[in-house]
Amino acid sequence: MASASKAARIGEEVWKSRVDKVNAELVTLTYGTIVAQLCKDYESDYVEVNKQLEKMGYNIGLRLIEDYLAKSNTMRRCTNFKETADMISKVGFKIFLNITPTITNWTSDSKQFSLIFDENPLADFVELPDDGRAQDELWYSNIFCGVLRGALEMAQMQVEAHFISDILRGNDSTEMRITLIRYIDDEMPMEDD
Amino acid sequence: MASSQPIKSPMGSQSQNQRSSQQGLKYPSNGKTIYHRPLNRSRTQELSQASFAYLFGEMVSYAQKRVTGIQDLEKRLNNQGHPIGLKLLDLLLYREPARSQTRPLHIIALLQFITTTLWRHLFSRPADALEKSSNPDTPEEYMISDNEPLVNQYISVPKEMNQLNCAAYVAGIVEGCCDGAGFPAKVTAHSVGKGEEGELWPGKTVFLVKFQDEVVEREAFLGR
Repeated sequence: MASASKAARIGEEVWKSRVDKVNAELVTLTYGTIVAQLCKDYESDYVEVNKQLEKMGYNIGLRLIEDYLAKSNTMRRCTNFKETADMISKVGFKIFLNITPTITNWTSDSKQFSLIFDENPLADFVELPDDGRAQDELWYSNIFCGVLRGALEMAQMQVEAHFISDILRGNDSTEMRITLIRYIDDEMPMEDD
Repeated sequence: MASSQPIKSPMGSQSQNQRSSQQGLKYPSNGKTIYHRPLNRSRTQELSQASFAYLFGEMVSYAQKRVTGIQDLEKRLNNQGHPIGLKLLDLLLYREPARSQTRPLHIIALLQFITTTLWRHLFSRPADALEKSSNPDTPEEYMISDNEPLVNQYISVPKEMNQLNCAAYVAGIVEGCCDGAGFPAKVTAHSVGKGEEGELWPGKTVFLVKFQDEVVEREAFLGR
């Protein structure tokens, strides 16, 4: 609990004082045009669109972690995955998107949790195509999964993330599952002598 | 049209209705759709500039993999901006105070709307200049300058591609706005931050707005 409120404080503080901001709609519309272009390029093969979005997110995550570390000024490793979850929601999502998704549904081994997005700026103004398939196949915000995978990989955690429900699909909530697969060991340089 | 079509039996139309209700979009059980969401809610909301830069960077590098040349790439970015311009025209007019909630009817009014209202909304400041081409042979050309386009802030263009200006995306938005207002135009982005002026504003970009001939003709007819 202590780590959660501390994370919330850091996130709030960084968002207020250390983040250059732009109009939210510029970001929302830009993301929308990216997804629309992918749907066009892959001729509405939404499974492939999901993959591409995840890939783009992964590329972003690899670079975003550095920005995150610099801004949040957290020099210390999280002591456990629960603390990592707090930092993702209350610092990570806060400083980049000004939202703090709810952390819930932990498994008993503390390796898997859900993020529930009450607010999702990427999905403002969005309605999926009424083609009878998009609502079953497309995960509109799938870029988030890639961002988490990329960013956490750089912080030596191999995770798997996927959406299990989305308001855009007609579900009652937007929920992402995140699973810790393993901590990646530091690769020690070969001994010289 | 309708009278020339064979009259459908009631049964036929019923089954069609059923099918369409099955195919329609699904909504959350609380019934909330985007149409229930106030259009002004995100008007003043902010996100981090970093998230825009990451998305835009990915958009450009994705586009780059699928094109054969710089022109092609700019065309693609322009195409991605176009639908945004179309939508912003309506959205921003809707948000204007009732008194000025009219569509621009003249070139100048439209361009002023773009350089102030649209620019302010997207980039939190007006464009730096709006000029009409001084060349008498090209009365259809106007230029909007931005000394430091926000979209290019985190884009570094490799030397061998120095013709490229990723603000083609913004050019697309402007073009969409012009097309939507009934002033069809072609808009392109050009880097002009070279030479003397470049020392102050190396990223300076001019958006060349080239209206179609009929627009200029109409304008002349209207006596402006």
